[in-house]
Amino acid sequence: MTGARPVQSGNRRQFVSRVIHVAIGASALPLAVSKARATPDLMQEAITKLVGDSKVREGRVKLEIPPLVENGNTVPLSVSVESPMTANDYVAEIHIFNEKNPQPYVIAAYFGPRAGLAQLAARVKLSDSQHVIAIAKMSDGSFWSDGADVIVTIAACVEINE
Amino acid sequence: MIFRVCLAVLAILTASQLQAGEIAPEQRRSAYDTMSAGTRAMQDDDMANPATLWVLDGEALWSQPAGATQKSCADCHGDAKISMKGRAARYPQFDATTGGVVDLEQQINYCRRERQKATPLAFESHELLALSAWVSLQSRGARIEASTDPAAQKAIEAGRRLFTERRGQLNLSCAQCHDDNWGRSLAGATIPQGHPNGYPLYRLEWQSLGSMRRRLRNCLSGMRAELWPQDAPEYDDLEIYLMSRASSLTMESPAVRP
Amino acid sequence: MARALINVPPRAKKGDIIEIRTLISHPMETGYRAGFNGSLIPRDIIRSFVCLYNDIEVFRAEFSPAVAANPFISFHTMATESGKLTFRWTGDKDFDVTETQEIVVE
Repeated sequence: MTGARPVQSGNRRQFVSRVIHVAIGASALPLAVSKARATPDLMQEAITKLVGDSKVREGRVKLEIPPLVENGNTVPLSVSVESPMTANDYVAEIHIFNEKNPQPYVIAAYFGPRAGLAQLAARVKLSDSQHVIAIAKMSDGSFWSDGADVIVTIAACVEINE
Repeated sequence: MIFRVCLAVLAILTASQLQAGEIAPEQRRSAYDTMSAGTRAMQDDDMANPATLWVLDGEALWSQPAGATQKSCADCHGDAKISMKGRAARYPQFDATTGGVVDLEQQINYCRRERQKATPLAFESHELLALSAWVSLQSRGARIEASTDPAAQKAIEAGRRLFTERRGQLNLSCAQCHDDNWGRSLAGATIPQGHPNGYPLYRLEWQSLGSMRRRLRNCLSGMRAELWPQDAPEYDDLEIYLMSRASSLTMESPAVRP
Repeated sequence: MARALINVPPRAKKGDIIEIRTLISHPMETGYRAGFNGSLIPRDIIRSFVCLYNDIEVFRAEFSPAVAANPFISFHTMATESGKLTFRWTGDKDFDVTETQEIVVE
């Protein structure tokens, strides 16, 4: 669903039917809140900026985020990374990216071996149903990742600016 | 958005046999029961519940002198943990002196004006919500009892009428959603029974603490109805009716809701 | 006044991995929302959070506008010695809040 497009023909019935179709099709999806938004390409660009030429492997990272969130304004998420967390082998960074907020960045966390456990929990905003990616940078420079699809619903009777 | 809500509402109304009437006490459920595990966890742990930020400010304000008398709430009421225990579960109340309904926030402002000789706090201001959160916390777990005060019955009846009257561009009443269709889905959200057992509460949508009045105003917006002014008696009547409608439920204030 | 809520176990055994949870009051205004008159509300966010353990950095986070209002962060650190944990949040509009907590390590 990309939102109602301008109607090319002047056929009103067609317009109405399209709007209804779009509205029904979108019933589980939230509204686009802003014209400015990231795209999967922008997210990829942001990831490339972090990892450069390195390969990002799947695994070792666990991103936990509810598959269906009740309100995109406050979404609890947590990331944990498998690591011995010793002086020579630890998780250095965790980065979280999204593809449809106005910006692809969500949060970045920096750890050292003294963390003992590479785990991060936070609450974030998601403007739309989308794919969220967590990438961990290990002390040896390798990158590992996990992703999750999130459906953001919106309540029926929300506050309207008066 | 409006379109989608209308469609969803129509879908519900045509799909179900409307039945008038209130929710029987044994069927009353807090919206907590239908929240996601993540949202419940946020409410269950005070260290994770953002409402605690308001509670701590309220606790500080409780013993802070204010107004011409330079008296604090604590100077009259002592330790809120004792004096305010269970009090929020019995608000709003009918107030004989003013001849009207007084909710907790209005009671706090009454004290400010009459006892502390201080300026009343604005509706939805941080300070008023903080004090209300601190006082309401002392009722957590308390059972809501319907007011038996004969003087309150008129306001409860007025509230019941407002709750069942159709209003707004969608021509809907509160009861059509919250009595007749609770538990069903509306635009991706579960319709709650609409009980006021967690106010003031932290709404994820608001990203803030807010009062029951703020929520009622959101409901009116959702029905495309004209909002009553912030100090209109209609809200008082609805609030006192909703508390009587929620009797037997336990207080969760300050709760978390989506 | 920004209110912060910090949860650190007051006592721990040496070598224990302890969980630290923090909440701070802040609107985290994204800079992408329009106000009543249609113009954008300027961005006002916390940009950085750091935790020092006896003055040594043990955790740091950089926030984007996508962090929810009243930011909550949970992370872990190893209890190494008794002393002081320092938490500092900095951001737009010269936001700068520091809180400390004592910990006893046996």
